[in-house]
Amino acid sequence: MATLTLNNVKKSFGKTDVIHGVSIDIEDGEFIVIVGPSGCGKSTLLRMVAGLETITDGEVQIGGRRVNEEEPMARDIAMVFQNYALYPHMSVFDNMAYGLKIAKVPRSEIETRVAQAAKLLQLEPYLTRKPRELSGGQRQRVAMGRAIVRKPAVFLFDEPLSNLDAKLRVQMRLEIRALQRELGVTSLYVTHDQVEAMTMADRMIVMNGGVADQIGKPLEVYANPATEFVAGFIGSPPTNFLSGALLGRASGIKLGVRPEHMRLFDTGPLRARTTYCEALGAETLVHLTCADGTQVTVRQDAAAPFPQEGAEVGLGWSSEHEMTFDASGPRI
Amino acid sequence: MAEHSGMVEKRGAGLWLTHLGLIIGVAFIFFPIWLAFVASTVSQPEIVRPPMPLLPGDQFFENYSKALTAGINAPVALMLGNSLFMALGIAIGKIAISLLSAFAIVYFKFPGKKLFFWLIFLTLMLPVEVRIVPTYEVIANFGMLNSYQGLILPLIASATATFLFRQFFMTVPDELAEAARVDGAGPMRFFFDILLPMSRTNIAALFVILFIYGWNQYLWPLLITTDPSMNTIVMGIKQMFPSGDDIADWPVIMATSILAMVPPVLVVVGMQKLFIRGLVESEK
Repeated sequence: MATLTLNNVKKSFGKTDVIHGVSIDIEDGEFIVIVGPSGCGKSTLLRMVAGLETITDGEVQIGGRRVNEEEPMARDIAMVFQNYALYPHMSVFDNMAYGLKIAKVPRSEIETRVAQAAKLLQLEPYLTRKPRELSGGQRQRVAMGRAIVRKPAVFLFDEPLSNLDAKLRVQMRLEIRALQRELGVTSLYVTHDQVEAMTMADRMIVMNGGVADQIGKPLEVYANPATEFVAGFIGSPPTNFLSGALLGRASGIKLGVRPEHMRLFDTGPLRARTTYCEALGAETLVHLTCADGTQVTVRQDAAAPFPQEGAEVGLGWSSEHEMTFDASGPRI
Repeated sequence: MAEHSGMVEKRGAGLWLTHLGLIIGVAFIFFPIWLAFVASTVSQPEIVRPPMPLLPGDQFFENYSKALTAGINAPVALMLGNSLFMALGIAIGKIAISLLSAFAIVYFKFPGKKLFFWLIFLTLMLPVEVRIVPTYEVIANFGMLNSYQGLILPLIASATATFLFRQFFMTVPDELAEAARVDGAGPMRFFFDILLPMSRTNIAALFVILFIYGWNQYLWPLLITTDPSMNTIVMGIKQMFPSGDDIADWPVIMATSILAMVPPVLVVVGMQKLFIRGLVESEK
């Protein structure tokens, strides 16, 4: 267990810069989620911490020790891959034990550690099976087990749940989080799914185009997005953005209001036409189009009456829920 | 129910027809081999006197023991041993070299990687026969005429096998190599612990093909072995044919032919299951 520090870490492939300098201090035992759309550099960042990609500039420290030049093995990390990367010809036991065997851990110690991990992950009945005889969730657990037995300082997860079906994903999400709490190992978790980020993270890093747009606790990030991108990416349905011109304010600025903070009125200065309504049972999403063509979503309680499709209604919100963004993105 | 049984009958008839076709085909191909076998079990006068016998005679043990122990130029047992050594050397050597070169080409970055790959690939277009004169020159200068090294070394590089393993390695997910790296396995450890066991079925399939390729080598052993004790069996059969007015000892020649067929058949039958799996599926 250890702290993990990224100090202005940069990465370029040839002349293309993919990571423009990310800095964060991660405390011992913290669970950090890196979230962002595909191509934002989140996996590259993780792989740099793992030692699978070279670091162009900046410094990565694990437990206060610079590891830029170290091989993955020497960094005291364990990684869970998106497609699990289990060795197909080895049994579950051998898959988990392989790293320990290379590290020349005594046989009895290997057996104890694998048995512990198998018990923790409910894999005991499957130890002699080959990976192809396991279900997706079980393979996922083996990949976790392989990471656990090494007792590393840092866990690295590279979109570990994206190959699972929706239901299993929710279940494994909880399991991974519970396991991490129990073991107390510092973790870095990459995902493109903002729900995973919101539910699992102690703190999250929202990446956009190789830049860490915001680093913070999930609810803080949700309530106080630093940029237009963060406001749009975190939260589902996404934040509504209205141009200053439409509202009769300074042109060039943008106003963000979350769907749950918008209200429908019969009258009001800002008019919009109802496109369609999605009644989801517990809540209803009303999709509207404003005069300048902007799409707006309003989330309201299922009990509240919702307008007919095609009906014109007024939009309103209380000013404390307004988020103002500069044209180039940052919050004003 | 009636309809159902009708369908079974129909399929039954089809089954018989296909089997009949197959049986005729097999008989057609097997007939010459049968004749060779019959000829290897009768005495010399019985062969040369028409009509040729179609049923085995009583000279089986005499002919085969004569072939194995004495032969004509060299005992067949010795030639079988030479052939086995050469075929195994070629098959194992080819597999080892092509596995390693495919590993280098797929998993390492080095200057001229593309160039080397294409150079290997180009040699596909140059079979042994095309380069046989310079190869002979090289082997002769190394003093390897009439030696096992001379028989094996020139045939040991294989572009086909390298290409096959390269294609297989490229289907192995990169994450597997990365996982091994995170687990602390160096490149050669990854090669032996993970890549090699995963290529098991491909290796088996190639072994069968290459063993037969090595066993059936004719021109090259004919060129570089002058000493009868270094003869391989495939070329040895030809050497048994008489020159001039000598009388051919057909029963012994035929016994040798049958013996020459046994090892490849054993290899194919013994490795059939792995062989087919290697050609059909790849385990990932």
